[in-house]
Amino acid sequence: MENEKNKNNEILALSNKLRWELGDNFHDSLVESIFAEASEIASKSVTKEGEKRTFSFDAKLDKIVTSKWLGFPIMILLLAAVFWITITGANIPSDFIASILIGKVYPFLKSFTQQIGFPWWLSGVTIDGAYLASAWVISVMLPPMAIFFPIFTLLEDFGYLPRVAFNMDNLYRRVGAHGKQALTMTMGFGCNAAGVVATRIIDSPRERIIAIITNNFSLCNGRWPTQILIATIFIGGAVPAHLAGLVSAGAVVFIAVLGIFFSLVTSWGLSRSVLKGEASAFSLELPPYRPPRILQTLYTSLIDRTIIVLWRAVIFALPAGIVIWLVANIKIADISLAEYFINFMNPVGLLIGLNGVILLAYVIAIPANEIVIPTVLMLTVLSAKIAHAGAGAGVMISSDSDMVTAQILQAGGWTLLTGINLMLFSLLHNPCSTTIYTIYKETKSTKWTMISTFLPVIMGLVVCFLVTQIWRIFSGG
Amino acid sequence: MPDLNKCETCPVHNAGNLVRLGVNMTGFDYVVALAGNPNTGKSTVFNSLTGLRQHTGNWPGKTVGRAEGAFQYAEKKFKIVDLPGTYSLLSTSTDEEVARDFILFGQPDVTVIVLDATRLERNLNLVLQVLEITDRAVVCVNLIDEAKRHKIIVDDRQLSRSLGVPVVPTAARQGTGVQDLLKNIYDVASGNYICKPYRAQNYPKKLSKAIEELTGKILVDYPGLPNARWVALRLLEGDQRIINAMQNGELISLIINRQPAENNN
Repeated sequence: MENEKNKNNEILALSNKLRWELGDNFHDSLVESIFAEASEIASKSVTKEGEKRTFSFDAKLDKIVTSKWLGFPIMILLLAAVFWITITGANIPSDFIASILIGKVYPFLKSFTQQIGFPWWLSGVTIDGAYLASAWVISVMLPPMAIFFPIFTLLEDFGYLPRVAFNMDNLYRRVGAHGKQALTMTMGFGCNAAGVVATRIIDSPRERIIAIITNNFSLCNGRWPTQILIATIFIGGAVPAHLAGLVSAGAVVFIAVLGIFFSLVTSWGLSRSVLKGEASAFSLELPPYRPPRILQTLYTSLIDRTIIVLWRAVIFALPAGIVIWLVANIKIADISLAEYFINFMNPVGLLIGLNGVILLAYVIAIPANEIVIPTVLMLTVLSAKIAHAGAGAGVMISSDSDMVTAQILQAGGWTLLTGINLMLFSLLHNPCSTTIYTIYKETKSTKWTMISTFLPVIMGLVVCFLVTQIWRIFSGG
Repeated sequence: MPDLNKCETCPVHNAGNLVRLGVNMTGFDYVVALAGNPNTGKSTVFNSLTGLRQHTGNWPGKTVGRAEGAFQYAEKKFKIVDLPGTYSLLSTSTDEEVARDFILFGQPDVTVIVLDATRLERNLNLVLQVLEITDRAVVCVNLIDEAKRHKIIVDDRQLSRSLGVPVVPTAARQGTGVQDLLKNIYDVASGNYICKPYRAQNYPKKLSKAIEELTGKILVDYPGLPNARWVALRLLEGDQRIINAMQNGELISLIINRQPAENNN
């Protein structure tokens, strides 16, 4: 053993001596000679025909989509087009599913449970609570997801996302973050938990924590449907019908871009204060464009993304539905728990342009962002005692599910301002519990987990408050 | 039953009996590492071998950790490890270290290096570096369909002759060439195919002299060390990970322990 150690140390000593003799540029010459040999081997076994023509398509396309002037407009136009297709395309299937699940199946289940003699509270918990919450989740979320994810995955498969990162990389470096944060941010558009895991590609711990904290500003799977629905009802509803689709798509794009803006501002703030330091350089290779495999993409995006996200939403919606029904029906002195909370939170809610129902919904929906809208709807119906809906029955039936939603929300005292603030708050609030857990696993630090959790909520409250105050000054309210 | 025997030795029989074991990795016979530049389709190859559905994307840096899976071929169980994509093994960013540490310290029985056929020259840099570390490798020239579209023709037999290891053209997205790849992985793992990996030799004079001197010294102390030249090179570069491994004897014991296993084949 000792003998071996001596031998090893002798070898190390010799290597030190030789390294000294070789001088500084020896690493470069080593790399150079590897490159030279690689090129020699390659030249022996590769023949190219018409090389000039073949790569020019990629290069030309890249010149356009990553150009200084056209890069961002193209990015925003593409996003807008995706949302426009999603919003206009999702209406019909959404109505169809709602009319079956809520219009046909719900009354059937209700009368069925009555016939076999369920006590009122049991049919309340199971049908009005668990079933209805899941039915809402499916009819509200499935159609937009089934359209949005395949289109988004096609863009990813084609190779567009790295170009987005390429466009954004410079901005991130300028605010003192890592250019690769542009990539993890784009991943966050799918799922924040995945985006947080993806920050492993960032070497510097400082820049990695910035990327983790700001990933929540990328709207995720769970929040796209909320944005799309609220934009359709309130923003689209405020303009003439033939413009509604375009304007509401524009509003969703605006929120997404606002998220990017907040992630840049927050990165800037962090790298100037608690996470000081210089941005490190890296090289980003733009992969070749590949013709997307359409059928395969449709299949995997439906199975991997749509169904998994929907399944997760339903799993969280079942217990949430039960909780909602319970808080709306457990009464102390003839006032339900939900009403206590809502009445208590209402002043705070109104101050920031939201209301008690929304705040309670965000508490119930901490496990998953997906169920915010269904929770809001059910709470509004169950607790606000909408006249012709009735606290027990819970739902109005109409041929247009967006109309139903709109009627419920307006009956609950919602205005355009509430809609706008809900969209803002949906962008700026705590990450879902899965993401929080992932952040803890990745950083192994309670401090950074707490900061990542509470910083966005605080920002959301402040932004909503400011918007509300300014709105009220201008509208004279 | 001579006919049945013939059937069982035919490669088509084995390929037809590829059993994708997913994450079931108990009692495997061989370990296979998947290395390669970013965005060459390592995860696609991984998925087509294991039947797993690791998310793939046209996206460099998609695989950040190690993904593991298993498959069974020719009645042998293979564990396969999908490493993060790297451009080289020379510098020391985290993902490159994950890849290099696994190839060196994880001692895979076969290292499959996945190349992008349309960017062969750049990808070969990594191949040359991997071949310095290990002498059991299979080169998988992936995206051959794309190369065809760009009118690039890769002479895989010439390439195999130059590199001294099997070269398999594949289009993993379409599943082309995967059977051939399996057979070559099996051949190298079981010792049916003895690799004679190409070792870079055009280093500048001063450098090759230093490498020679140090390699000589290492070989005097540890005769028969298979990748002494690579160790010498890393030491000359002042690679701290390798220096530490040398100091505490980890490197040597690792390489020496491996000898008997190699003789078995």
